[in-house]
Amino acid sequence: MSTLELRSIEKKFDQTQVIHGVDLQVADGEFVVFVGPSGCGKSTLLRMIAGLDVPTSGELLIDGQRVNEVGAADRGCAMVFQSYALYPHMTVYANMAFGLENAKVPKDEIARKVQEAATLLRLDSLLQRRPTQLSGGQRQRVAIGRAIVRSPKIFLFDEPLSNLDAELRVSMRSELRELHQRLGATMVYVTHDQVEAMTMADKIVVLRAGRIEQVGSPQTLYEKPCNTFVAGFIGSPRMNFMPVASVLSLASDLPQGAVQVGVRPEHWQPCSAGEGVALTVKGSEYLGAQRLVHALLADGTPIELLLDGEGQLAAGQVVHMRVQAHHIHAFDANEQRLGRTCA
Amino acid sequence: MRILDFLLRTRGRGRLHWTDVLSYGYLFLGLVVMFAPVLWLLMSSFKSEAAIGQFPPTFLPYQQKTVSVAGQNKPLPLFTVTQDDGTTRQMAQISRIGIMATMVDPAVPEQTVQVNIQQRQPVNELRFAWNNYSDLFGKFTFSKYLWNSVFITVAATLLTLLFNSMAAFALSKYKFKGQKAVFLLIIATLMIPPTIILVPVFLVINQAGLLNSLWGVILPAVATPTGVFLLRQYMLTIPDELLEAARMDHASEWRIYWRIVLPLSAPALAVLAIFSVMWRWNDFLLPLIVLSRNEFFTLQLALNSFQGELNTQWHYLLAMTVITLLPVTLVFAFLQRYITTGIASAGVK
Repeated sequence: MSTLELRSIEKKFDQTQVIHGVDLQVADGEFVVFVGPSGCGKSTLLRMIAGLDVPTSGELLIDGQRVNEVGAADRGCAMVFQSYALYPHMTVYANMAFGLENAKVPKDEIARKVQEAATLLRLDSLLQRRPTQLSGGQRQRVAIGRAIVRSPKIFLFDEPLSNLDAELRVSMRSELRELHQRLGATMVYVTHDQVEAMTMADKIVVLRAGRIEQVGSPQTLYEKPCNTFVAGFIGSPRMNFMPVASVLSLASDLPQGAVQVGVRPEHWQPCSAGEGVALTVKGSEYLGAQRLVHALLADGTPIELLLDGEGQLAAGQVVHMRVQAHHIHAFDANEQRLGRTCA
Repeated sequence: MRILDFLLRTRGRGRLHWTDVLSYGYLFLGLVVMFAPVLWLLMSSFKSEAAIGQFPPTFLPYQQKTVSVAGQNKPLPLFTVTQDDGTTRQMAQISRIGIMATMVDPAVPEQTVQVNIQQRQPVNELRFAWNNYSDLFGKFTFSKYLWNSVFITVAATLLTLLFNSMAAFALSKYKFKGQKAVFLLIIATLMIPPTIILVPVFLVINQAGLLNSLWGVILPAVATPTGVFLLRQYMLTIPDELLEAARMDHASEWRIYWRIVLPLSAPALAVLAIFSVMWRWNDFLLPLIVLSRNEFFTLQLALNSFQGELNTQWHYLLAMTVITLLPVTLVFAFLQRYITTGIASAGVK
């Protein structure tokens, strides 16, 4: 059992407030991803959970116990750093054993635990190497191995995949996912990459400027974003935002007070003239199965559409598009979601 | 072979460019100016007492040849004697009174001859007086001095590394109030020449009862601003994430220092170790005021005391000087690459 709870956590560095009262509950065994643009405070939040930074105010609870005053070493968390932070002068084995040695674990037990973790992460043949002799992916696995051997209550990952190339990142993503299922441990993962967040998380926490914008499963965030920020941040390519006045023909039953309408590029459907809205094509990118089309609304708002890969669209051509009613997101003047509530 | 190629590189292809002549000439001059006195010292340290006093001096250690002659107790010095008829003959000298010497032909020991000293030339041979060195270890409690020097150097260097690295660790990796002020204070002491604080240091050592104790030389030298500065600059380059990772790994601050920071500062520590060895080994002033009893003398003090008021045994003095030079030379020769790399990476100019 290892739950995590944040109660109105605030953090100030000198006079700048970087975290503005964050409340969050993480259940046992959950894989939570903090996502947000750089500088939104997600890493600071993670460091406070780890005990490397101290919250200015608020309460941090692990397993229901207040841990604000508990040092990093005694919180039972293990962290994987963005730079891996492997000890360069120690072998892979020593790197993984260091934490256990500090905890005064008997030698034979250390050897057994390190061996176990090494087998799990396919590091058996690398135990006597030094970090400089390893590839990026191997270093990554050593860093994870170092976290695993201590069987921590909570795993913390600080953008662990950002230094890997695209291909390796995809495979490590599924490996981490698998690891989470096997260990069943609580994990908190920080990333700025919404794709990583969508593919890995049980629960995503979207942060902006030190505040939580929305917490929910990937599907909830995709289908019912709370505001234009979350709507724009989650999903790729980005959601299109259009002024209501320009798209009255798209939907008849927009809620009262709607100022903006959002439609995801993949939800546009071609229709006959007279229905939907008319768009002037500016250009298109062929992606294989799909085609990303750049177009303009009558009032000049740029729109992106993900259409079938087949068929040609010439620049200047006018196309007619419609969207199913449940794919239309309406936002009010404060950029908050209208109509169907977000949860 | 590659070294030779390197040393003999020229700018002109096949023949010497005028810049080659100039630079080789300049380098050679530098070599002579810097190396000749040391070489002369080394050669002289192998000369016998008599050979050192010889005029004109020779570069190589020549010694007069001696022969054993039947009927004489000691080996006699050999001379080439020019006889009245112009022929020369090798004879040994038994004794000399004024300008006349009593000489004997080693082949005919019964027959002695009187020879004017103008008519004879000593027969010299190249011989290294190793006993200058071997005598030292038997005589004069030399080994005691050597031990004192080695003990002071090793102990002071180890303590310097330990304390300076701890100070540097705190100054580079912890954020606390007055951190900058403390650092500046330490650096500021670089501006005070050691001679100025000599008297206060002496008083403190005296009060602490460390006069005539090797620790009286070791302890005042342990904290060096240069060392703290050098190590701090280097430790700043160690990523904080490593320390944080260690903290997450349940390591105490002491363990972080001992297992993470110290090993990673090895290049800077090597530089400081070299400096410290040179400083402590060559130190003269502090030992001079702290150690006044003969049995606590370091090599440097012993060298000084060897120059007697009336009589200086130059052959021993020179041999001792060479031995004194050796450790620093060796340390420098083998570790100088650490100095350059270490200084470069420590950001110290």
